[in-house]
Amino acid sequence: MDAALADRNRQTMTKLLVIAVAMLGFGFAMVPMYRQICESLGITQTRVVGAANTQVDASRSVTVELLASSGGLPWRFEALEREVRLHPGQLVTVNYRVVNTLGRPVTAHAVMNAAPSNAGRYIEKQACFCFSNQSFAAGEERVMPVVFRVSPEAPRDMSTISLSYTFFEQPGGAS
Amino acid sequence: MSAATHAQDHGHHDDHAHHPTGLKRWLFTTNHKDIGTLYLWFSLTMFFMGGVMALLLRAELFQPGLQLINPEFFNSLTTVHGLVMVFGAIMPAWVGFANWLIPMQIGAADMAFPRMNNWSFWLVVPAAILLVASFFVPGGAAASGWTLYPPLIIQQGISIDMTILAVHILGASSIMGSINIITTILNLRAPGMTLMKMPLFVWTWLITAYLLIAVMPVLAGAVTMLLTDRHFGTSFFNAAGGGDPTMFMHIFWFFGHPEVYIMILPAFGVVSAIIPAFARKPLFGYASMVYATASIAILSFIVWGHHMFTVGMPAAGNLFFMYATMLIAVPTGVKIFNWIATMWQGSMTFETPMLFSIGFICLFTIGGFSGLVLAITPVDITLHNTYYVVAHFHYVLVSGALFTLFAGAYFWIPKFTGKMYNESLGKLHFWLSVIGFNIAFFPQHFLGLAGMPRRIPDYALQFAEWNMWSTIGAFIFGFSQLLFLYNMIECIRSNRKAADNPWEGADTLEWTHLPSPAPYHSFETAPVVK
Repeated sequence: MDAALADRNRQTMTKLLVIAVAMLGFGFAMVPMYRQICESLGITQTRVVGAANTQVDASRSVTVELLASSGGLPWRFEALEREVRLHPGQLVTVNYRVVNTLGRPVTAHAVMNAAPSNAGRYIEKQACFCFSNQSFAAGEERVMPVVFRVSPEAPRDMSTISLSYTFFEQPGGAS
Repeated sequence: MSAATHAQDHGHHDDHAHHPTGLKRWLFTTNHKDIGTLYLWFSLTMFFMGGVMALLLRAELFQPGLQLINPEFFNSLTTVHGLVMVFGAIMPAWVGFANWLIPMQIGAADMAFPRMNNWSFWLVVPAAILLVASFFVPGGAAASGWTLYPPLIIQQGISIDMTILAVHILGASSIMGSINIITTILNLRAPGMTLMKMPLFVWTWLITAYLLIAVMPVLAGAVTMLLTDRHFGTSFFNAAGGGDPTMFMHIFWFFGHPEVYIMILPAFGVVSAIIPAFARKPLFGYASMVYATASIAILSFIVWGHHMFTVGMPAAGNLFFMYATMLIAVPTGVKIFNWIATMWQGSMTFETPMLFSIGFICLFTIGGFSGLVLAITPVDITLHNTYYVVAHFHYVLVSGALFTLFAGAYFWIPKFTGKMYNESLGKLHFWLSVIGFNIAFFPQHFLGLAGMPRRIPDYALQFAEWNMWSTIGAFIFGFSQLLFLYNMIECIRSNRKAADNPWEGADTLEWTHLPSPAPYHSFETAPVVK
């Protein structure tokens, strides 16, 4: 092989090696490149889009009036909102507050009451302080959430629901 | 195509006296024919190893339930079968043919960098040993599938490090081999051998070598990232550290899709040599063959996403990869029709190389069509990771690449050895292979459509019938390959002298200008091609 050809071969090899090294770099460069492209196009979150709620009946609204009855126990018990306006199927969170003004530990259980009388079955609660006994230290103040929705199956003429809670002391339940 | 001006003055004046003999000849050889032979024997050995693994898998799948091997070992076998067949059998076999044929077909004396050529081959051997030896380390061989997906692969034992190192070495070897091949083709062509006069095997290898140089470094990068994720606290693919396992799939398949064309493009070249020889007609549409090969290579860089339709890419991405993938059917169709047009009204005879080539055209087309089915995003989402995919890629890799390797071996063995193989045994090998192959893999379409997932050692009872047939076919196919081994060895040892050009229609330089067997040093004076 003459020197000129050997030289030409070496040049070709050098060019090809440059391509190989550049492609090695490209492999690593793909990591930040993808991050940049996905972020700027906003396509990193595609997989959670499907979690949207499709059961909300946006064609009508229901007003839920929140009542707190202190008929059972003479302490301070109130709803933090007077009422909440929602679409059937829509999940909402409301808050109640208890201040134990009785000067002693109390264990009590809340009981729900809804009006009109058939409305109760359409209130679907996911979290509520009424699910279990609640114990309060003397003087304790606590805000407690209720997470619920009004079923989309609620009759269309049921435009206002009154949701009421009453606490009853549980005898011997002090913990 | 390449008509020669005058016959070369050739004789058997090569004396082996100044070459080392025995083991040293093979260890230190820089001769392209010796290195080609090494590659071919190496790949045949790896083919039988990978085949034994496949038969173990099929034996376990013969009946539902766990009979022979435990699921961990099953997973290791699946993984290493894939790696061995891709990196140990098919790719080195094509490099072996490239070494033997490219210098002879372009009228060059040897490869451009003979010493690097030696190194390329001897790197492959330790890599293969690492790969196979990983079965014997604690935890067993890599069990993640040949795609080496994290996070599974980050959690396994030392065998993964052996596999990663093997991939690094194989990548280095492939890159060196490709540099050698490209330089040889670009700089060492005989006078008059213009690019558009080159035999198509040379053309397809030129393009394949460019693909290798472009994607093997990317794979090297990907497995390096796996290695640093495992041992050096990086988080390229580790979600807990802000990485993303999906990232690996993107990088891997950016390598992986061109890789499948690396395995099939040289096959197109071999078929383009064999069909004209046995149809006794020049190849139909030479230029369109070259352009189709180049188009397939370029398209291979923009379709990687079709391997991962189910990872949650945006719809626009899925659509892009779907259409781009379907586009590949166009240049591939050009090739298929060109081969059929070459046969059209030809004076065909059906010796073993021709049988394997026609078998290739029929079965590869089936594999191509099932590929089109899988390219449809919504269909793929259903068929992803089912046996339909297994059937598809075995149709393109076994009856595509492997059948063509057999065709090439039968076609060129007279030139390599100066002896003629046993024709009836060759035909028997073909028919047993084609029957066994179809019994093994056609039912896997049905299994996939019925929902049987791939890479599992056990399956639901309704899949039992077709799995039984598939296993029977696999064993017919596997054991018929012993016929090939026997036929090759018997051919080398026989004294049936082959003519310098035993095929009437073969017209490339190695047939027209060189005796059989091709002398140890050929074309030390370049022939002149008109």
